[in-house]
Amino acid sequence: MVQEPLLSMKGIGKAFSGNQVLQNVDFAVYPGKIMALLGENGAGKSTLMKILTGVYQRDVGEIFWKGQAVHFSSIRDSQAEGIAMIHQELNLAYELSVAENIFLAHEKLGRAGFIDFRTMEEEARRHLNKLGLDVDVRRPVKSLSVGQQQLVEIAKALSLSAELIIMDEPTGALTGEECRHLFNVMKALRDKGKSFVYISHRLEEIFEICDDVTILRDGRLVKESSLEEQNIQSLIALMVGRDLTEQYPYVNNSCEEMVLEVRNLSNDLVRDCSFSLKKGEILGLAGLMGAGRTELGRTLFGVFPLRTGEILLHDKKVMISSTKDAQKAGIAYVSEDRKRNGLILPLSVRENTTIGNLTAFLNRFGMIERKKETAAAADYVRSMSIRCKSLDQEIRTLSGGNQQKVALAKALETRPEVLILDEPTRGVDVGAKREIYELINACTARGMAVLMISSEMEEILGMSDRIMVMHEGSIEGILERSEASQEKIMSLAVGKEG
Amino acid sequence: MEQRMEKKKMSVSLKKNKPLIVLFLIIAIMTVASPVFLTPGNLLTVLLQTSYNAILAVGISFTILIGGIDLSIGSVLAFSSAIGALLLTQGWPLFAVLLLILALGTLLGFLNGLLVSYGRLQAFIATLGTMSLWRGLTLVITQARPISIRKAPAADAFCFIGSGSVLGVPVPVWIMVLVFLLAYVILRHRRIGRYLYAIGCNEEAALYSGIQTQKVKLFAFSISGLLASLAGIIVTARLSSATPTAGTAYEMDAIAAAVLGGVSMAGGKGNIRGIAVGALIIGILSNALNLLNIGSYYQGVVKGIVILIAVLLDRGESQK
Repeated sequence: MVQEPLLSMKGIGKAFSGNQVLQNVDFAVYPGKIMALLGENGAGKSTLMKILTGVYQRDVGEIFWKGQAVHFSSIRDSQAEGIAMIHQELNLAYELSVAENIFLAHEKLGRAGFIDFRTMEEEARRHLNKLGLDVDVRRPVKSLSVGQQQLVEIAKALSLSAELIIMDEPTGALTGEECRHLFNVMKALRDKGKSFVYISHRLEEIFEICDDVTILRDGRLVKESSLEEQNIQSLIALMVGRDLTEQYPYVNNSCEEMVLEVRNLSNDLVRDCSFSLKKGEILGLAGLMGAGRTELGRTLFGVFPLRTGEILLHDKKVMISSTKDAQKAGIAYVSEDRKRNGLILPLSVRENTTIGNLTAFLNRFGMIERKKETAAAADYVRSMSIRCKSLDQEIRTLSGGNQQKVALAKALETRPEVLILDEPTRGVDVGAKREIYELINACTARGMAVLMISSEMEEILGMSDRIMVMHEGSIEGILERSEASQEKIMSLAVGKEG
Repeated sequence: MEQRMEKKKMSVSLKKNKPLIVLFLIIAIMTVASPVFLTPGNLLTVLLQTSYNAILAVGISFTILIGGIDLSIGSVLAFSSAIGALLLTQGWPLFAVLLLILALGTLLGFLNGLLVSYGRLQAFIATLGTMSLWRGLTLVITQARPISIRKAPAADAFCFIGSGSVLGVPVPVWIMVLVFLLAYVILRHRRIGRYLYAIGCNEEAALYSGIQTQKVKLFAFSISGLLASLAGIIVTARLSSATPTAGTAYEMDAIAAAVLGGVSMAGGKGNIRGIAVGALIIGILSNALNLLNIGSYYQGVVKGIVILIAVLLDRGESQK
């Protein structure tokens, strides 16, 4: 790498109330290249990016931008120099139009300080055309798909004449096609000399789109290298500091006894779904974004009403018209979006663990027995090795993996027979993933039937006893573990009989 | 080392209780400024004057905790009192009237709850509507005239609630203490209390936890209505009459007390101890300004400034 870097951060250190989050980290981005930034959750990626964009101030170290030492004390500073960050949760004003969003906070002003809508809309159109997005720029952003919204964010960065764009987990909510489009846009921009920092947990994507990779672990730099010298196994090893030879600890706990039977379930979101779940089984539910997997799971959990069809538990028909009904019937659901509806972030580990089953913690006067509650939460913390300072620690301060474990504990506390896991390892780092798989196995060993919704093909193939594939709201097919393959799943997922 | 820990604990608990500091500050200043202030008689007066606002503040806090608001408490107070006073003058027995007033208040609160939960209206809008509705109906049934209960058969017993004393402490103060205790138990030790916080923090997650969020909302608004009518009983009993304009703008003092006490308008945060401190600040402040002979125009100015300072102090801390 003889090339002069566009950006170079040297010896960066940062501590939060005595907790060293970054230590002596070097990081560089080269002109016209896409740099992947990898690391487990808590490795310091986002802190590093926040220091770069001026959200946080570094304790020690230097930042050089185009060879000049710089100091950014706010996002405005870094934006002015040509650095833009696109967050996982998009920063858009959803009620405002596409054009207004692209020029948010740097509106084009005409005579007497009035907003010049015509110029703004023209320029917005020009930027979007470059990105291959053809939408009416007067439409409110909320009417766009997530993939389109992402492109609006990129257009916003371009309108700021950004030379370096940082993208944090941009593909989490995109469909396969939207991902491909995004990558094409990024490649085209790269070829025109723009640089990117690309943060993602999806390693396949890294190889598809990035040129170089920087890996952090526990706040330190592990390696910077060209991607040509790496493969997925080596990257994982560098991230976790150990070889993960057996990533998926599959065990067969499946029994013959039927627990759940779903017959001809239909509503606005899913069509004529029939399947069954056996005791101790993991049924993987695969499909593309928008295939109706989450909707099926949430219908079973009583979030969405079912119009026709029936749900049977142990051959007995159950009526489920609310989440409470589902809980009573013995169905639990762990959400794909723990921040939005899986956990109550401002509440403590203890309160989150017990909130679904508080009735079990009442004494005969109807008072919550805190001792019992604490004991139960402590049990989960111990058995699941949830890393928290105390049971009264707010959930929001835990790492993604530990939050996910609490979400699982909260579901298990309702003593379910059927456990629906929606993307159980999303946003969870590699080490914690393994722990969560072990926990799922512990559930099936106790006889729980698990419906595991996942977008990660390898996870589905690695963990499931059987694999069910959905396409456009209906079930396309169910495969046995022995006959399943990526190709078969994919052809069912796109609606072509395999 | 231990001493340092102790000190740290102290400073933490003080930092957490900025409203308490404001309260002590006002008390300290007043003790110096007025010889009358720190006498038992005056302090009981302060508590008496604080009582109904404190009760209203507890009620409205239930709705604020779930991320809502109840603007209609002043109107509910007036409407339920007017109905109660009419029944008293008709010769109805005391306990029947008391129960009816409280039931009516609960029902009006329940209706707010229905509009917010099943009607899917924003609490601000729904209670803005009912605030006007009940106030208007009160004016209609009273013909805009106060209803005196002095000549009612149960007048003496009813007025005892407002002006009587038990063990030297005014009855409204006892009622306030009881409300604080019950609300404390509900919020801290009952399942429904936990649910209120859960919904205020994240309604969607509460639903996904199997909480029947609509029912919890009905409960919160019903409590707010119940306590509004309870405050109405006290106000009516103290004046020996129900006035159609009673309780006008009382929701503002109730919100001020809640917010001073650290209740977050966004929901999910706040406790009874804070609300009690907030109500006391408002009460003591009014008393102090009267003792210092500050004109009523200036009283509003001072009150506004104190509220803003207290809330700013609190906010600076909780942002970290």
